[in-house]
Amino acid sequence: MRTFITLLSIFVLSGCAVEPWVKPYERQNLADPIMKFSRDGVSDSYMHHVYQAREGARGAEGGTGGGCGCN
Amino acid sequence: MVVVVTRANRFLALLFFALSGVGHAAVLPEDRTDVLYHSYDGGGIQINGPSILVRKGDEKSFSVFANYYADNITSASIDVQVSGASQYTENRNEYTLGVDYLHDKTTISFAHTTSLENDFDAGSSHFSISQDMFGDLTTISLGYSQGDDIIRTSTDPTFEENADRKNYRVGITQVLTKDLLAQFSHETITDEGFLNNPYRSVRYIDDSGATPYLDASFAPEIYPNTRTSSANAIRMRYYLPYRAAIHFEYRVFNDTWGIDATIMELGYTHPFGDRWIMDLRYRLYEQTAADFYSDLFPFANSQNFMARDKELSTYTDSTIGAGISYEFIKNGWNFIDKGSVNFNIDHIQFDYDDFRDARETDSLGIDAGTESLYSFSANVIRFFVSIWY
Repeated sequence: MRTFITLLSIFVLSGCAVEPWVKPYERQNLADPIMKFSRDGVSDSYMHHVYQAREGARGAEGGTGGGCGCN
Repeated sequence: MVVVVTRANRFLALLFFALSGVGHAAVLPEDRTDVLYHSYDGGGIQINGPSILVRKGDEKSFSVFANYYADNITSASIDVQVSGASQYTENRNEYTLGVDYLHDKTTISFAHTTSLENDFDAGSSHFSISQDMFGDLTTISLGYSQGDDIIRTSTDPTFEENADRKNYRVGITQVLTKDLLAQFSHETITDEGFLNNPYRSVRYIDDSGATPYLDASFAPEIYPNTRTSSANAIRMRYYLPYRAAIHFEYRVFNDTWGIDATIMELGYTHPFGDRWIMDLRYRLYEQTAADFYSDLFPFANSQNFMARDKELSTYTDSTIGAGISYEFIKNGWNFIDKGSVNFNIDHIQFDYDDFRDARETDSLGIDAGTESLYSFSANVIRFFVSIWY
């Protein structure tokens, strides 16, 4: 947890100090649907459910976007 | 009767709204409807059912959604067989309502989920806020969920227990280069209340000499009534020099019950033309046992806390999966912007290091504690149709 907070702090502070290094017109690849962390929230939520029911670990499974698992 | 499903209930509702705002928080989620059929078949358990999501927004500030999810369960798992019970069937229904509010670069989300079955009710509420910053290269999100479970049993109408759960989440999604995205996430979960399965038992050595082999007797599990867990994850997604993407995930977990786990996943996404997208993935999971887990205790009440839930044992599981998606009505039709039909299959292999097949004690007439280690595999299918409007 301590390491995570340190990394998080560096992340945020470094973001304050620099100009955006990827310009909006350079984000064509990032905007491609294949770059979404979750293309289909309902489907991905179901797989999280499958694992959570059968594994001891839980949490930080990754967002499915939009705050609802539906994006 | 519930053996496996209660664990699912406890976590699904909270999970469904896990980290928010990942990716592009300053845009409302797309208006879409998904109709999904899911199927799980493995270890003597078959579960299937639908999940239906409908989402609609005003394209400016608000987006509301509703989700219905159902599990239809038929189970004759090893836990059911060892307990002497016969195959059972049951149903679980889950309902979710939620809303997202977007203002400038901030998204605020609320949702509530209710899950109902004959011996288990769960309700959970969820809040999250996410903010785009630094030229939209960074999205930070915070989330909180609170859940309340009511646990009953089908065998004792007077039995009723409660459990409360709180989830705290933080996440960062970061554009690193024009081809590389990274995501860090952390979640702490605290539980308090009745945390074990009322149907599951531990076994201990029975040296009464009633059988020619060393037999075992059974007693109810006893769990601590608190648990706190912590999970941290990093995910990367990289756009290859041609139109395809690879992704990587590494997640670590630990809790106050002594469980340590690591999860690693690799995946590859490859489009074919404008309409087809193929996904391939491999996932590996490893965990150590809880401090109070044992496959076979030396005698009755040998510890304050005792568990024989195989999900608390030392084991690994590995998954290999594939999916294919086909986009139709690509140029729109009537009120529909586009649609897709999708099929995914995953094969999961579970191998337990200290959970033995207790059915063999009697069926083979061998000493308790010398049975073969348990393993099983499962196939998981997802078939769904999505339309955007």
